[in-house]
Amino acid sequence: MQSAVLKGRSLWDDARRRLLRNHAAVTSMVVLALLVVAAAVGPYLAPFPFDQINKNDVWMGPLTGGHLLGSDALGRDLLARLLIGLRVSLAVGVVATFVSLVIGVLWGATAGYIGGRVDEVMMRIVDILYSLPFIFFVILLMVTFGRNFILMFLAIGAVEWLTMARIVRGQTLSLKQREFIEAARAAGLERNAIVIRHIVPNLLGPVVVYVTLTIPGVILAESFLSFLGLGVQEPLTSLGSLISKGAQDMELAPWLLIFPSIVMVVTLMAFNFIGDGLRDAIDPKDR
Amino acid sequence: MLRFLFRRLLIAIPTMFIVVTLAFFMMRAAPGSPFVNERHLSPEVEANVMAKYGMNRPLAVQYATYVGGVLHGDLGPSLKYKDKTVLKIISEGFPHSLLIGGLAMTIAAIVGVSLGVVGALRQNGPADYTAMGVAVLGVCIPTFVTAPLLVLLFASMLGVLPTGGWPTASQPLSSAWRYFVMPVAVLSLPQIAIISRLTRAGMIEVLRSNYVRTARAKGLPEHSVVLRHALRGAILPLVSYLGPATAGVITGSLVVERIFSLPGIGRAFVASALQRDYTVVMGVVILYAGLILFLNLVADVLYAALDPRVRLS
Repeated sequence: MQSAVLKGRSLWDDARRRLLRNHAAVTSMVVLALLVVAAAVGPYLAPFPFDQINKNDVWMGPLTGGHLLGSDALGRDLLARLLIGLRVSLAVGVVATFVSLVIGVLWGATAGYIGGRVDEVMMRIVDILYSLPFIFFVILLMVTFGRNFILMFLAIGAVEWLTMARIVRGQTLSLKQREFIEAARAAGLERNAIVIRHIVPNLLGPVVVYVTLTIPGVILAESFLSFLGLGVQEPLTSLGSLISKGAQDMELAPWLLIFPSIVMVVTLMAFNFIGDGLRDAIDPKDR
Repeated sequence: MLRFLFRRLLIAIPTMFIVVTLAFFMMRAAPGSPFVNERHLSPEVEANVMAKYGMNRPLAVQYATYVGGVLHGDLGPSLKYKDKTVLKIISEGFPHSLLIGGLAMTIAAIVGVSLGVVGALRQNGPADYTAMGVAVLGVCIPTFVTAPLLVLLFASMLGVLPTGGWPTASQPLSSAWRYFVMPVAVLSLPQIAIISRLTRAGMIEVLRSNYVRTARAKGLPEHSVVLRHALRGAILPLVSYLGPATAGVITGSLVVERIFSLPGIGRAFVASALQRDYTVVMGVVILYAGLILFLNLVADVLYAALDPRVRLS
């Protein structure tokens, strides 16, 4: 039976259909949603505050003394710390990715749209920055200016925008040739307005895919810094610093290493599967 | 070819210059003097120390001196180890890092390419899924998770491998290899993951190409088609992955050398970063940048030499 109103299938309907058929991606979305909820409300529900030192509860194993996942050298509850660590890691991931998104999209769209000399210079800058081992500059920044939370967001975001700029530029170059841009130009729209109102919205597909793949990259970078002792400072924590602490005490208290590692891996996997799923869904030829 | 090399060098040199400049000014922009962490120094002593390291001169002069030194291969003295220069610290650690990193890259290339080829030949079969499973795990499990977990399993619980350290020079190879197993495995796993993905994708594409069909039509045996004809085209994209792979192994070595207490540059770098030993941190950053730029250059040249379709103009 045909419904009364025939509705055309848009690109996004198609993409959604393909995405929902991808079991790994759908499962990952559910898992990620649970992780986000846990990070958002979990710390308020946990039986202990994450920074509360309990002198009598030192090195408690999982499921003892009311500590579901055990406690650390200072008797702090691992579950509470894990929830806070997850929150910090996710927050770093989202905020730094947003920084890279803004810089990368504007840079790439401008270079691609204006073209010519400007494009040449702008992309050459990207090329040069690209060949630098940037994580070392982030380390240098953290060493010289101290371990500042905001600085870390900015530094990691400033590293990650390069790929975004390249992807966006490539897309812009091909969009520029399309009729609707021609039409906008013919209608007398200014260049900035064309970039912001017509180019940027049409970049959405590849950008969304790249964002979901950048977030785990950023989480990884932050955890890497924290693992080396250059990231988040005590008593605040992140997945990376929890793993770092756990690795130091693993002979005595393996749970301090194992639980944060599991959460870290599950989080990274969820983002990667969603990113891959989105890519297959939005751009089916690029598998 | 020569012109191409020249052009690439023209890009590499300013890049290197930017690295040195950025590193220098970032260090000098740091609040406070590098010596504040030490015992409380009286102003006179501090002024003396600053004068000894030439830090009382105008910034431009210091910069010129530093760049001049770098050009001569002089990276200055370490600020924390009074009797060592940065160059000495680097040259002590480098052979160890090179050995571990080189082994990891070699193994990653062999295992990664094999997994990728098997995956492409038996697409969507059990071997393919196993290979892709390994690839996904390698990408999603960071080195700072695999390393401690392996130590926990193989050293603490099973006791078959040492927790870390470097074999002494007198130790025979038959027992020394045990020290290298875990560091090399940890470093190569993420690279195996990426290399096998790239190989699989390249192989699938090449197997559909005309020249492979021609090879089959000539009646060549399957192994010859795959290994002699298809593989060559399929691993070409890997050549351009050489630069990023080096960067990845170097980054990984920071974690691995720290966890397994290997006497390489990575460990020296992290220790210096934590102690704010600026000159060492700068020196190592410059070295790494140079290394990555150089290998990127090598990759470009190799790629052009191997693939006649790429014109070096």
